Amino acid sequence: MNDVHPDTPTLRAWLLTEAPHSRTQARLGQAYVAALAFLRNPLALVGLVIVLALIAVAVVAPILAPYSPIAQDLGIRLQPPSIEHWFGTDELGRDIYARIVYGARITLVIVGMVVIMVAPIGLLVGTVAGFVGGWVDAVLMRITDVFLAFPRLILALALVSALGPSIENAVIAIALTAWPPYARIARAETLTIRNSDFIAAVRLQGAGTARIILGHVVPLCTASVIVRVTLDMAGIILTAAGLGFLGLGAQPPMPEWGAMISTGRKFLLDQWWVATIPGIAIFVVSLGFNLLGDGLRDVIDPKSQ
Amino acid sequence: MNDATLLAVDDLSVRFHTRHGVVEAVRGVSFALGRERLGIVGESGSGKSVTGRAILRLVPPPGEVRAKRIAFDGTDLMQCDEVAMRDIRGRRIAMVMQDPKFSLNPVMTVGRQIAEAYRAHGQGSVAAGRDRALDMLAAVRIRDPARVYDLYPHEVSGGMGQRIMIAMMLAPDPDLLIADEPTSALDVTVQMQVLAILDDLVRQRGMGLIFISHDLNLVASFCDRVLIMYAGRVVETCRAAELAAARHPYTQGLLQSLPRVDVPRAELPTLMRDPAWRDGKLP
Amino acid sequence: MIEVENLSVVFGHGAKTVHAVRGITFHVAAGEVFGLVGESGSGKSTVLRALCGLAPASAGRIAIAGEMQGKRRDRAFYKRVQMVFQDPYASLHPRHTVDRILSEPIAIHGLGDADARIDSALADVGLGPTFRFRYPHQLSGGQRQRVAIARALILEPKILLLDEPTSSLDVSVQAEILNLLTRLKREHGLTYVLVSHNLAVIAHMCARLVVMNAGRIVEEMTVDQLRAGAPREAYTRQLLRASIGYDRAAAAEMVTFD
Repeated sequence: MNDVHPDTPTLRAWLLTEAPHSRTQARLGQAYVAALAFLRNPLALVGLVIVLALIAVAVVAPILAPYSPIAQDLGIRLQPPSIEHWFGTDELGRDIYARIVYGARITLVIVGMVVIMVAPIGLLVGTVAGFVGGWVDAVLMRITDVFLAFPRLILALALVSALGPSIENAVIAIALTAWPPYARIARAETLTIRNSDFIAAVRLQGAGTARIILGHVVPLCTASVIVRVTLDMAGIILTAAGLGFLGLGAQPPMPEWGAMISTGRKFLLDQWWVATIPGIAIFVVSLGFNLLGDGLRDVIDPKSQ
Repeated sequence: MNDATLLAVDDLSVRFHTRHGVVEAVRGVSFALGRERLGIVGESGSGKSVTGRAILRLVPPPGEVRAKRIAFDGTDLMQCDEVAMRDIRGRRIAMVMQDPKFSLNPVMTVGRQIAEAYRAHGQGSVAAGRDRALDMLAAVRIRDPARVYDLYPHEVSGGMGQRIMIAMMLAPDPDLLIADEPTSALDVTVQMQVLAILDDLVRQRGMGLIFISHDLNLVASFCDRVLIMYAGRVVETCRAAELAAARHPYTQGLLQSLPRVDVPRAELPTLMRDPAWRDGKLP
Repeated sequence: MIEVENLSVVFGHGAKTVHAVRGITFHVAAGEVFGLVGESGSGKSTVLRALCGLAPASAGRIAIAGEMQGKRRDRAFYKRVQMVFQDPYASLHPRHTVDRILSEPIAIHGLGDADARIDSALADVGLGPTFRFRYPHQLSGGQRQRVAIARALILEPKILLLDEPTSSLDVSVQAEILNLLTRLKREHGLTYVLVSHNLAVIAHMCARLVVMNAGRIVEEMTVDQLRAGAPREAYTRQLLRASIGYDRAAAAEMVTFD
């Protein structure tokens, strides 16, 4: 515990004080305690490093990549890993290292957009259904069931073929098929919160339903939804790759990892690196999100405390 | 005062190593128990429950139990390995917890649970287990044992659940029963009935009883002797009947702060805590 | 101040119907401390919840300060009637600071001057300004209950409904909270309805009480009558006997009333 910030005892004391003097200090103190708990979990830290590395790589991709990810040179096609081309080249002579680095951007865009769309929809549907109950609950949950009953990839396929193949439409399709489990989680959580005394107390102060849901119920459900989203990230990346594989996600020549695997599949026996390198990238990033999710669960999920 | 010492605890300490440093839950507690009813009273955080668990070595991992000796019927429990402890737990020393709802298996009939508890220590056949369970249900004054035998825990009331727990714990005929707030979740009238059962069992079987509670009135009227714990220490030991004449200011403060039906008071005296009590010094 | 006539509360329907309260009547005068005592399942807490609209009244009428109360209560009602719950661990939002908990009612009712109101409410319940930005998990049980009382008082109500306010606290803390409630009543001219299973707490706080069992009022009496040890009903006598302490002979005579 003392190995964290050994040189700033005053800041530490300010953050850990039992009697904060302002809202900000109280909030920062809570965040600091959570961060300390998180840092004590080495595997979660590995996950965090991987995810941060993904973000860093995506941001500075042009600096890291020595070649353009889409520049073709048929003269050097299917070269094995070497000093010039660290991860080798693919069937069109494109540098795989550059494509992996730029692919991080696409992966991050997919992940980020899915989260932005899925988490609020799931939270809202789940908390409203759980809190209001009655016919509202019945209707919302049957809709959720309908979405859950469709095979995820087939529904995404149908949506993409209706909307046209592109990475944005793939994200929308994934998001539309991914929210039902979050609605379920948020609803289950809401049902346990709904009858608690602190909700009764805020009702007795005259608060309306919207105020109770947004101000009092949602903050308690957010933690488990975030954890679940992080844990599902691997599946989301793989679904995106699956759509790319079928030609319905990222369009060539975009360096999307899933699409790279599907084209590399043809050369798997003789030129293993074409498909294996993006496979490893997907594996590492998925693992990173899973580890991060596990660590976050220990820190922020109220059930684990 | 005891015909024979059943349990002797010598310098028991329990510490919990947590993120925020070491928490000393019990700090050097010693006492002896005969075949009598011993009450341990204290407020939350006084270490009374941890003391009860430490005797059975049931303190969960971050906790560390130390004692010079915990002698139970000639055996030092501190020297026993886990196998020996498992034999002692349940068969020789039993424990009843506060809430029966969490202590009973929800998918097994209560009768079978009592029979299993009896047979877990290698005694008797299935039929003998059933007979024993019916006997025990009758012993805790359940009117129709044969009917209750086939009920599931959710089908019984809180008071009956606690009586069933006691029946289960007493099935192997233990020498010592540790009851941790066994009646706190019960209504006062049911509480009286459950206590009467424990009372009779101590008298008839010559069992030792450690009764852990926060309720001074109850302990004073039910037990033979009382230990008063504060901040992990025993601050006072006295005969239960003489509790009102207790000398320690903490005990006096606790007694004073209780509202009473018979004496009207405009304001209740509140307890002023003296840091010196923590170190076991009498003022 | 409070008039309850023939109140019934029924939960569920069909075979699962539970009659929590079966036609009870009582009146509470302004400035009085009125006690409701009973064992678990007697319906005493349900009466309190029906009074403030958390539980639906299926029959009977409730009038507060002369106004009939229906199913829905308006904002003005909550400015007049507030409640303190049994378990301070469950009645404070775990992710909100004391500041947020106390500013919520001010925001809902559009009252200004939040800082001054919060500081004075905290001072009122004996907590200094240093407690303002703490989270509930940084407080002891007694401090939490003080925050819950401050939250109830911040709207300056006239009636406080107290649902077992000290039953999850240690006895020394219980004494402090009971003293605090006595002082607040005097200073703010409050009317209390106190629900408890503990006869001693009721006797200490109240002037008049009703004993409830199985959803009905068994007996209504003054605390002086209770002290004189002369309850009319056998049920009350048994409750009184059991609350004094353990007695083998008395235990043998206990019967179940339904």
